[in-house]
Amino acid sequence: MEQEKRHLFDDPANVRRLLYGFYTVCAMLLVLDLVHHRHVVHAWESLFGFYALFGFVACVVLVLIAKEMRKLLMRSKDYYDDGH
Amino acid sequence: MGTELHPFLIFYAGALLVGLTHGRVRQGVLLAVPLLGALQLIGLEDGSHWQVGLLGLELELFRVDKLSLLFGFLFHLAALLGVIFALHVRDTLQQVVALVYAGSALGAVFAGDLLTLFLFWEALALSSVFLIWARRTPRAATAGMRYLMMQVGSGMLLLAGAVIHYRATGSLAFDHLGLESPGGSLILIAFGIKCAFPMLHNWLTDAYPEATPTGTVFLSAFTTKVAVYALARGYAGTEMLIYVGAVMTCFPIFYAVIENDLRRVLAYSMINQVGFMVVGVGLGTAMALNGAVAHAFNDVIFKGLLMMSMGAVLHQTGKINGSELGGLYKTMPQTAGLCIVGAASISAFPLFSGFVSKSLVMVATLDQGHHVVWLFLLFASAGVFHHAGIKIPYFAFYAHDSGIRASEPPLNMRVAMVVGALLCIFIGSYPWLLYAHLPLPFEYDPFNSSHVIAQVQLLFFSALAFVWLNLRGLYPPELPSVNLDAEWFYRRLLPRAADGLVARLTRAGDALESLCRRPVKRLLDGLFRTRGPHGALADIWPTGSMVLWVAVLLAWLLIASYV
Repeated sequence: MEQEKRHLFDDPANVRRLLYGFYTVCAMLLVLDLVHHRHVVHAWESLFGFYALFGFVACVVLVLIAKEMRKLLMRSKDYYDDGH
Repeated sequence: MGTELHPFLIFYAGALLVGLTHGRVRQGVLLAVPLLGALQLIGLEDGSHWQVGLLGLELELFRVDKLSLLFGFLFHLAALLGVIFALHVRDTLQQVVALVYAGSALGAVFAGDLLTLFLFWEALALSSVFLIWARRTPRAATAGMRYLMMQVGSGMLLLAGAVIHYRATGSLAFDHLGLESPGGSLILIAFGIKCAFPMLHNWLTDAYPEATPTGTVFLSAFTTKVAVYALARGYAGTEMLIYVGAVMTCFPIFYAVIENDLRRVLAYSMINQVGFMVVGVGLGTAMALNGAVAHAFNDVIFKGLLMMSMGAVLHQTGKINGSELGGLYKTMPQTAGLCIVGAASISAFPLFSGFVSKSLVMVATLDQGHHVVWLFLLFASAGVFHHAGIKIPYFAFYAHDSGIRASEPPLNMRVAMVVGALLCIFIGSYPWLLYAHLPLPFEYDPFNSSHVIAQVQLLFFSALAFVWLNLRGLYPPELPSVNLDAEWFYRRLLPRAADGLVARLTRAGDALESLCRRPVKRLLDGLFRTRGPHGALADIWPTGSMVLWVAVLLAWLLIASYV
């Protein structure tokens, strides 16, 4: 059989490179809060790393709650099809 | 009546022509209609261009001002993108109704009175449902029927509200209504259904994913945006809408995270985006209202682009469930890239279109002192990136390799997506052209450093959460499933209750029958005894002999008249 062409993310090293690059940008963005003075309207905005922390926590909470919702709301994919 | 041609006429006439032509000529007509229509709008002056008297009512068919004109251009643009994307389709039904649908949306935004609005409101419903039915699956047939009932129901409420309004005020003019005006609350619910207010939203998530790959692109552009336009026109500054909108931004993202059908994920995220617009309308300040309108404008393009990319995936692979896709970037890199532009735009990355419009609503919310609502919106902003920005491209094009090696979609699909992507980047990088055409005068610079940095931090750390959850194995896998939502009441509870009722009635009927059988039999036997062939009253002439004598009489007459 013909060997299929190897694609960008077939190589775990490339995935690792992408992730390390991503972590570096995240760290730099956090450091930016130390040097950049934010114009704020809400008092919380002036907290160090407010937006970063909010984004991270919001998404973790979102996913964890959604997972719990599955226990309550998930049905088989033809749930509405049987009989109706 | 003025000399200007109403754009809806161009679209309706175009639909007729499409029905009569085929092949290249038909494609030419399809492309010419939105271009001609848009040309017609250029340089149009504010004011009422078409007034028609009907049964003593003064109807204003073609009201032009900054608000209606912006939506007018937007719908032409959306129609053009949709037509290009669907140019390869060989289905007269879809092509005809797509133009009727777009034309009805134009008729609705240019309507200056409530009756005209109602007529186009219903035309929107009746035409768009065929884009769902055109999928020609049993599932699409039933989903389309549910969709139609909701949409027509919305129209009925609008009509009822309009009648109440007319009787109380003597005017049908469609200007600011507000909750306190007569019929105002009915009309608000009518708009709310089309806007997908919470609990009234399931028609959207039910029907849009069942439409054809190209049909959903049209659907996502018009109906909800006509409703946002109508809300902005009639209910700006209605405080209740701030809270309704905030709920709309938040609850669908939970569903989007666990939904498997990627077009249904986009349908949920559409409610989330419309939520931002509803908040903007509710706040009602110049910046907020402009934000709502600008976000509607951008949403049509970036949601259209996302729907197109998922339509392309469905068209090429025949699959749309996250659990069955993955690894498509290997053979569909262009589609993947274009999808990511749409994802960056809906996530409001700086330099992409969502950023320059959503931030208007966010800033206005904070300026008006609605701090809790602002936190909701911020949560929703992080969430939208999570489910639409990352989940859509990730599960379709990356994630685990599904082994599918589908090729890129046809050229016309790619052209439509490229145009959409370029518009997303253009508006995101140079918002001033859009800002200049917003309905109210205002000043705002979206690119101040505080704002840009805050947004980038929010988004990158949302992405970090995705990466972390994935690496830890905490991310919920894509599963083929149905997630119960408000629709459960009318898709399960009501039919079950009706079934129960029918069964109970049938049982009661049976019992009644057996109860009555003996007396009725006795009655019939009695009748037979007295009036049967051997009964005492049997010598009364039966009808049969009467008919016979009439026939004889007629025959005699016939013969007599000829002799």
